[in-house]
Amino acid sequence: MIRFIDVHKSYRVGGRDIPALQPFDLDIADGEVFGIIGFSGAGKSTLIRLINLLERPSGGRIVIDDIEMTALAEPALRAQRRRIGMIFQHFNLLASQTVADNVAFPMRLAGERDSRVINARVEELLARVGLSDHADKYPSQLSGGQKQRVGIARALANRPTILLCDEATSALDPQTTASVLELLAEINRELELTIVLITHEMDVVRRVCDRVAILDAGAIVEHGPVADVFLHPQHPTTKRFVDESLPGETAGEPVPFAGVPGHILRLSFRGEATLAPSLSRVARETGVDFNILAGRIDRIKDLPCGQLTLAMQGANIDGALAALRQVGIEIEELRR
Amino acid sequence: MNPLQELFPNIDDWGEIGQACIDTLLMLGGSLILTVLIGLPLGVLLYLTGKGQLRPRPKLYAVVSLLVNILRSVPFIILMIVLMPVTYALVGTKLGIRGAIPPLVIGAAPFFARLVETALREVNRGVIEASQAMGASLWQIVRHVLLPEARGGLFAGITVTAIALVGYTAMGGAIGSGGLGDLAYRYGYLSYKSDYMLVTVLLLIVLVQLLQMIGDRIVARYGSH
Repeated sequence: MIRFIDVHKSYRVGGRDIPALQPFDLDIADGEVFGIIGFSGAGKSTLIRLINLLERPSGGRIVIDDIEMTALAEPALRAQRRRIGMIFQHFNLLASQTVADNVAFPMRLAGERDSRVINARVEELLARVGLSDHADKYPSQLSGGQKQRVGIARALANRPTILLCDEATSALDPQTTASVLELLAEINRELELTIVLITHEMDVVRRVCDRVAILDAGAIVEHGPVADVFLHPQHPTTKRFVDESLPGETAGEPVPFAGVPGHILRLSFRGEATLAPSLSRVARETGVDFNILAGRIDRIKDLPCGQLTLAMQGANIDGALAALRQVGIEIEELRR
Repeated sequence: MNPLQELFPNIDDWGEIGQACIDTLLMLGGSLILTVLIGLPLGVLLYLTGKGQLRPRPKLYAVVSLLVNILRSVPFIILMIVLMPVTYALVGTKLGIRGAIPPLVIGAAPFFARLVETALREVNRGVIEASQAMGASLWQIVRHVLLPEARGGLFAGITVTAIALVGYTAMGGAIGSGGLGDLAYRYGYLSYKSDYMLVTVLLLIVLVQLLQMIGDRIVARYGSH
């Protein structure tokens, strides 16, 4: 468990304190994939660096598994850092070392001298990330996706309990992003590793995260399970992120569907309800008519979910709404 | 008649030229090794204590930086004369190869230290941050990240320094340190035997060319991948 307790951070620039992160509390549970999303300058890369104390907080405490990181002296802090892997947007591999030596590097830093132990572990890690054939290459000979896989193998070398991902897919094309995210999800499942990632792409959050925090101008404005945040964004910044991940959505219109008659409803489905033919059954039973104005079906991590915007007409609208709510569909009435 | 004699009629002892070459190479080799041994840690110190670096120490940096600049701004021939008492105290003579090495090192080490500082600043900050995240100590970062990652720039710096040292050794000849510069000065300049001058200049050109070629090879081999 990673706990932030009343943590804040400001930078001293020219004799003045410029706040980077407003005081906040946050708990990240063991084994979850926690996303932090924000625009550039929101403070997300500062936030993720507070976890391994690459950035020191200006106040507050950071506690990982009952160890107060902020109270550790330098040697103890270095020992704790070995239990926290980190991968980076620009990979940050040693250009002068081969792939195998890059992966072995954290083990050597930790004092492992036995080359048989190192070689066996490197082989195992490269197999996991699918780069067994590239052990003797140099980073400059690899593609971006391959470099990030080396970064992941390196981050896992000392069997960490936490993996920090600093915009790990931001420099990659969409296909490569998908495969790297898949690898991260697999690692999370199989190694029961806690993953904290920062990103500016809602799509990354949607694909791999269990929970998400939205960071805006140094403040966590919203956080919760991804499906909740995704289907019911509260803060304007969250809404922007959700909208940006939905091409063709009519978000932002002051009066949506002004010319359409009837009740305008937004239905949110998740899990089993998404795939059941509830809408047509309820319409048949209650005698209402509906017209689909907008909609989408998504997967949030492994959970299917969807949202439909409807115009509904008929005598028994209230009955229809009650019947829909009964099967677990959430309804927002946009216009009565 | 030997064709060399025909070409350079004033040179009657080629053995002397051979000895001068060996002396120059000994001065160069000895001073280069010591320059690297002193300049490398000095350059690392400058890098680490610089503004925004791993161990910023503004005052220490300012003092070391000033000292380096002072030593670099004194022309070598003057430095050599000024340092004579120091040289005598260090090696027991002001003359010959031994007498030449202290001023050569004191003149070249600050120059090399600056080249080291510049080469280290070229190392990607992200890689340093990554090694910090892996729990590397400062020494581990210097030893296993900074120096290997900067090795292309460091080898290029050693090459430039070696070539500068060739020039310094030749100047040293004027005040009795021996070697090719001494030969050119005594015979070529003071005795008007211009063929001595020509031969030593040609040999120095060859030496500089060789150093540059070797340096470029090493940089290409161990530089960036």
